[in-house]
Amino acid sequence: MNSSSLRRTALPAVAVLTVGLTLTACGNNSSSGSSGGDTLSGGGATSQANAQTAWRAAYQKTNGGTINYEEVGSGTGVQNFTSKAYSFAGTDAYLTSDQMTAAAKACGSDVVEVPAYVSPIAVAFNLSGVKSLKLDAKTVADIFNGTITKWDDPAIAQQNAGVKLPSTAIATIHRSDESGTTFNFTDYLNKAGDGAWSDAANTVWPSNLTGGQGLEGTSGVIGGLSDTEGSIGYADNSAVTAAGNLSVVSIKVGSDYNPPTAAGAAQVLEASPPAPAQPATSMATDIDRTATAKGDYPLMLASYLLACQKYSDSGTADMVKGYLTYVVSPEGQKAAAAAAGSAPLTAALSTKATGIVSQISGS
Amino acid sequence: MTATVSPEKAGPETTPTSTRRGDRTFAAIARLAAFTILVALVAVFVFLAVEGWSGLTAVPAVYAPFTSFASYIWPLVVSTLLASAIAVIVAVPFAIGIALFTSHYAPRRLAVVLAYLIDLLAAVPSVVFGLWGGRYLAAYLQPLHVWLHEHLGFLPFFGPGPPSPNGRSLFTAGIVLAIMILPIITAITREVFLQTPRLHEEAALALGATRWEMVRYAVFPYARSGLVSGVMLGLGRALGETMAVAMILATTPQTTLNVIGTAQPATIAANIALNFKEATPERQSLLIATGLVLFIVTFVVNFTARWVAGRSQRKLDR
Repeated sequence: MNSSSLRRTALPAVAVLTVGLTLTACGNNSSSGSSGGDTLSGGGATSQANAQTAWRAAYQKTNGGTINYEEVGSGTGVQNFTSKAYSFAGTDAYLTSDQMTAAAKACGSDVVEVPAYVSPIAVAFNLSGVKSLKLDAKTVADIFNGTITKWDDPAIAQQNAGVKLPSTAIATIHRSDESGTTFNFTDYLNKAGDGAWSDAANTVWPSNLTGGQGLEGTSGVIGGLSDTEGSIGYADNSAVTAAGNLSVVSIKVGSDYNPPTAAGAAQVLEASPPAPAQPATSMATDIDRTATAKGDYPLMLASYLLACQKYSDSGTADMVKGYLTYVVSPEGQKAAAAAAGSAPLTAALSTKATGIVSQISGS
Repeated sequence: MTATVSPEKAGPETTPTSTRRGDRTFAAIARLAAFTILVALVAVFVFLAVEGWSGLTAVPAVYAPFTSFASYIWPLVVSTLLASAIAVIVAVPFAIGIALFTSHYAPRRLAVVLAYLIDLLAAVPSVVFGLWGGRYLAAYLQPLHVWLHEHLGFLPFFGPGPPSPNGRSLFTAGIVLAIMILPIITAITREVFLQTPRLHEEAALALGATRWEMVRYAVFPYARSGLVSGVMLGLGRALGETMAVAMILATTPQTTLNVIGTAQPATIAANIALNFKEATPERQSLLIATGLVLFIVTFVVNFTARWVAGRSQRKLDR
């Protein structure tokens, strides 16, 4: 290529890009200029993302300052909290005793661990002509482990008298990425499935089950379910409701069959026993997957917020305290329910969490 | 990356005939540019090796659902190669056809428009290809999955398991990859086809060759080296493509050659993207180590393909 042709092609291209960039830069100028105040950095579980957006917007509007929440996943969130890169973190699984010791050492005080985001997980399916199904945990486990392969299987039919079931093959869809939703779903199948599910709860789908389809993210699962006749999968209930075209399984609780409800999930969390060997500042809970009270929905996810009880800097302490107080308050929980379809904490849990958060202080 | 195969094909002599300052400055800048690429490549390799080293020899639990690095990486390597193979098999004939049409057959005005449209395809982001491939194209390809399974199910690539219920398979991913690498291969092939000396073509025609014979005996041999370069660039993109595969493919950690079954293992790049976010530090090392393997696989595939192409070229010259 000689120099004149270089000039003819390269220069106009550069010129066009430059003009474009200049215009964008001009457009961006107006967006800066936030009100003063401190910056609080946090991050972690992606499940809390939508709720965190709502909380941050509301909190920053009334109190100023800037709060960041990076959706880096629970594992990285806990790591960054322990390395003190984050002042607070969100995690789908409560801290193990090793993690708790490490975090307490980093804080130089106890670690505050309060539930912030509770959400029912729906078992959703796409089967033409069938709008709802009743299934017990054992049947759900058998479907996902490949024992039941047709929709007109007797185990499904006998729980759904009067529903006309086609003989379509069942296509199961699960998450291909690591996910708190998968952890809670497999925990439920393991504990409530009457021995039909042998793998312990895990954030990744069990590898010995190769019959299903792994798709990426909640949106991937919802997309796969919408596109596939005869499919069944699990996802955050708010995402299933938002999709609008999927049917939802009512799971067996005691002698009833309950559809996923926010209230049902919140009341299971309140009734569940605390996790063993936790400090008084932790509300870590082992969710009772076999709960049988009226309206209970034990297939749910509880995501926690982590903070130090003591911060060396009183400004940070005040800000963390203020933010977490808002998050666990009835107003904060209502905002999350509106934005992310989560289940607001019950009054008792909200009060208890507020009490723990109020002890955060600067030293 | 441009291995010159025979001395006749090498560029003009590069010994400087003048030592003016402008020449020296320009030579220095060119040299700097060349070495920067090398430095970047070495830096990436060093990063992968250092960060991924502990992932090669971790405790078995880290490799869950498998128990060793070899068993963890094997299904991913198979998937990566299968998807890329499908992409190249589908894309190369199309690319050569389009390039020949635009360089030797189409009227000039149509050729310009067509070339422009093909280049436009290269500007579509892979996320968009992923969305389109997974949500739209997969559904249309699903009947083809059933057909392939019914008629060619005896081949390990199309059986023995049932075909995908929704087309979210390695086959669909390969087709989408083919569309993604098409513009790269087409653009390069077209340019080298256009470089064929007019005299060679006219000589071929004067000897009584038909259009096709002229293309076969004058254009193809001349363009071979550039053609291989184009295919290699496309193959590199197919091997490393992440988002589109992650969004299309239904995954399962099971070694299989069946590209139209219910689910296949992810490709190496897609597997990193899917799992890095929520991974523990040990798993992150493991994922980086898989990146190192991809680096090496790409290198080996590239090297082998060039060697094969170079060998047949030498045979042709003899």
